[in-house]
Amino acid sequence: MCLAVPGKILEIYEMNGLLMGKIDFNGIIREACLTYVPEAKVDDYTIIHVGFALNLIDEKEAMDTLALLEDIAN
Amino acid sequence: MKHLDEYRDAHLVHAIADEISRTISKHWVIMEICGGQTHSIMKYGLDQLLPEKVELVHGPGCPVCVTSIEMIDKALAIASQPDVIFTSYGDMLRVPGSASDLFSTRATGKDVRVVYSSLDALKIAQNNPDKKVVFFAIGFETTAPANAMSVIQAKKLGIDNFSLLVSQVRVPPAMHIILGSPTNQVQGFLAAGHVCTVMGYWEYVPIAKIYKVPIVVTGFEPVDILQGILVAIRQLEKDTWQVENAYSRVVNISGNQRAQKIINQVFEEKDQKWRGIGSIPNSGWKLKSEYKGFDAEELFEVYEISPVESPLCISGQILQGIKKPNHCPAFAKQCTPEHPLGATMVSSEGTCVAYYRYGSSR
Repeated sequence: MCLAVPGKILEIYEMNGLLMGKIDFNGIIREACLTYVPEAKVDDYTIIHVGFALNLIDEKEAMDTLALLEDIAN
Repeated sequence: MKHLDEYRDAHLVHAIADEISRTISKHWVIMEICGGQTHSIMKYGLDQLLPEKVELVHGPGCPVCVTSIEMIDKALAIASQPDVIFTSYGDMLRVPGSASDLFSTRATGKDVRVVYSSLDALKIAQNNPDKKVVFFAIGFETTAPANAMSVIQAKKLGIDNFSLLVSQVRVPPAMHIILGSPTNQVQGFLAAGHVCTVMGYWEYVPIAKIYKVPIVVTGFEPVDILQGILVAIRQLEKDTWQVENAYSRVVNISGNQRAQKIINQVFEEKDQKWRGIGSIPNSGWKLKSEYKGFDAEELFEVYEISPVESPLCISGQILQGIKKPNHCPAFAKQCTPEHPLGATMVSSEGTCVAYYRYGSSR
């Protein structure tokens, strides 16, 4: 139940008054609700859990973290 | 895939494990609270990569496992009633109640359906106006925004044949119980990354301070988990107890404020019974009075059922990190994923099923 999965937003639209999106999970396309990430744009990455986006993935933070870890590795 | 593969990189995994070995000088006990993290550790054999001085214990972060047996029995009673379509996240189907489970109930011809999202359950209600559709709204803070939104939508769209059977649990009170216990061995905590995506980590600051335990917000991929462990070990070696964020690509200290606003609109705190642990004050959420019309416990007459747990099952001790599955005499004998005695052998985040599937050499 904790497991949320990263996906890329392909399309954003509205359904029954809720912000929805078509999300690409490494080739598998599924619908998810984007109501909790109203600032989302197409091509953004997000974390989806039980059909809802919980937050957008911060590209810069991701890059910084990986750089930090690479430093440890070298 | 981007934002996934990088965190499964074997080279990085080994490099961080090496750094942990270089950093650690004493034996430390670290608890990861989330079942998803337990599974990742077991699946990728991370505990075997770590130096022996790191002892990982598994916490009660499996909402399926901690849903009270009384609630399971209530679900079974409701699902058995006529004109009910009982919907649930898939994980709950095989969790044993006192006498049965949802899967067996479905096998007797009752309408029990697995849904991926609470909105799918709502759609079933829309498509079946002559039926009463109940959604088993379980979970930690991670599912609360999704579960809450289904009720808001139901109200907005005037769907009156939809209700929630709520069993929401909160992490911070459980941490108080574990860390506040006189027999507590846990010295460092890996906080559940996706719970923190919703709630932020401001709630953990007083916990770290009171119990002098470092708390590290941690993700779920192998690199994330090792990073969380490294950050915790560094603090333990320096004798500090801060809350640190090792999952900053999706977590910030305040969390998703929009989601928290919706949670507070729909739910209010209550004392909650955790299966195997007992009642923990303020550790659950229930629907607020404005939404009582969507509360399955109000809508359905369910008589007090005296719960019956398996006498062999030690799930409670496993959920508190006191025992490990291989300490259980029934493990892999009378108790298997096909014939589970307790929830920890069923849930995709259960500790027992993780041990059963991924490791016998622990």
